[in-house]
Amino acid sequence: MALGPVWVFAELSQGRAATGALELLTRARSLGAEAVEAVCFGPEARDAAADLGRHGATTVYVSTDPAFTELLAGGPGADSLAPLVAAHQPELVLFAGTHAGRDVAGRLAVKLDVPVIANGLEIEADGAITVTTSIFGASQVVRTEFGARRPALALFRPKSFAAAPAPGETASRVVEVPALVEERHRRARVVGRSSEVAAGPRLEDAAVVVSGGRGLQDPRNFELLREVAGLLHGAVGASRAAVDAGWVPYALQVGQTGKTVKPTVYIACGISGAMQHTVGMKGAQNIVAINRDPHAPIFKLADLGIVGDALTVLPQLVEELRSRAG
Amino acid sequence: MNVVVCVKLVPDPNTPGQLDASSHLLRRDLARTVLDPGDEFGVEAGLRLVEAHGGEVRAVSMGPERALDAVRKALAMGAARGALVSDEGLGGSDALTTAKVLAAAIRREPFDLVITATESTDGYAGLVPPALAELLGVPAVTFATGVTSDGTSLTATRQTESGSETVVAALPCVLSVTAGVNEPRYPSLRGIMGAKSKPLDRLTLADLGLEGLGGASAGQTVVSVARAEERAAGEILSDEGEGARRIVELLVRARVI
Repeated sequence: MALGPVWVFAELSQGRAATGALELLTRARSLGAEAVEAVCFGPEARDAAADLGRHGATTVYVSTDPAFTELLAGGPGADSLAPLVAAHQPELVLFAGTHAGRDVAGRLAVKLDVPVIANGLEIEADGAITVTTSIFGASQVVRTEFGARRPALALFRPKSFAAAPAPGETASRVVEVPALVEERHRRARVVGRSSEVAAGPRLEDAAVVVSGGRGLQDPRNFELLREVAGLLHGAVGASRAAVDAGWVPYALQVGQTGKTVKPTVYIACGISGAMQHTVGMKGAQNIVAINRDPHAPIFKLADLGIVGDALTVLPQLVEELRSRAG
Repeated sequence: MNVVVCVKLVPDPNTPGQLDASSHLLRRDLARTVLDPGDEFGVEAGLRLVEAHGGEVRAVSMGPERALDAVRKALAMGAARGALVSDEGLGGSDALTTAKVLAAAIRREPFDLVITATESTDGYAGLVPPALAELLGVPAVTFATGVTSDGTSLTATRQTESGSETVVAALPCVLSVTAGVNEPRYPSLRGIMGAKSKPLDRLTLADLGLEGLGGASAGQTVVSVARAEERAAGEILSDEGEGARRIVELLVRARVI
């Protein structure tokens, strides 16, 4: 049974197509769908369309209405998507599991009264559409099949697929669509925005991530992590506990509700290894854990586990790295 | 200000759960269960708002009989009233069904604000808050790390992928809060004793006019559950001063230095 059109709800990030959208398009291309198309809402949607096309979207439905940035993403996104879906009837709509992706998909599921599956890691579409998720800190893998109602809505964890441009000539048709925003959504407005930009590579892209948790005892000790990360051209990450304590900004959070990272080396310092955290980093090629508690669950994942105080080990590591750098 | 806080009974996050091999449902009999730790922040946020503006907090939950424990904990913290929707048909419900049930229970009385956690600790889909907002026809301010209100609108700071944003929303609305938005209070002994005499509605799908909704009508079915591939055990050593050198060796092997 042929798979009908597959759509990707493409978000924008700093004026460009978000990496998550390119990852989903790359996977969608190999599902054997009769068409792979994208929907992109926001001021730079037209500019992003080329990149979405290069990754396999043959049609990109765009709207550049300012409502998409002035208001919260969920209401305008779902309002504008619903009639498009009704008109074109995609069989499957894929979302990145971001804050905005959840807000749009959650509302769209209600509007269309269709099922939605979150936290996807893989998808199969051979007659039935089945999404793989992991639960209990990724200790168990669950496959869930959609019933007959369409479209099926699915959200995927970042980095579930590697983004790659489509081979050969690609050209996408850009179709301007209206923004449909119900008046009630204007009752909530975004009145200010700030972004935290750290020096060095982005956390999601860094080959080395040095992460800290509450075991570091004091927010000032993150300075040590920044020093190690700097010497390794890496990025600093953090556990949710450290973020919730207000030690470092949310942009550094690695885990279920934060970023997913797959670096060559992940160094967890003073992080116990709660499931919330490990789902965001267990894909690292090499995991180093430093923790004073020999029973900390993080040691179950570690290729190299050091039972000791990160505040002792890290300064020594800084010395070693400095002397190598000469 | 009338605040509804959605609460959920979850397996204790400190003891990993298990799915039943044949039914593919959570083995609730095996797990110690607690009020979702994420929900304590929602209860606290609600209590602080009614302490400042008057009104009361109503705790609403969907789940089996045992979920009364979660509602009672919210009552012990200071919620004035509780409601639990239990129905055999609801086992294995998805996010959409859960949102429909909660929305119907919330609508039974006027409300100014609905507070949830950003996601449950056991399912972590994070879809119920926006789905609830859509069903209730109100804005959803999700991932709030801070919130204030003047009684008719609220101002919230939200986490975003790259930083934060400030949102002003007219009430009524749905607000999802992160852990860290506040420091939840511990129930006092007086609170725990008092909780026993607070009103607690027991509702079924029929009471909400939602007969037939639930597990069987959910548009998705779990088809398999398997153990994830585990990472091979690594080397664990006690730091006697050589820890840093061993890390450097690993960094060299991994070719990052």
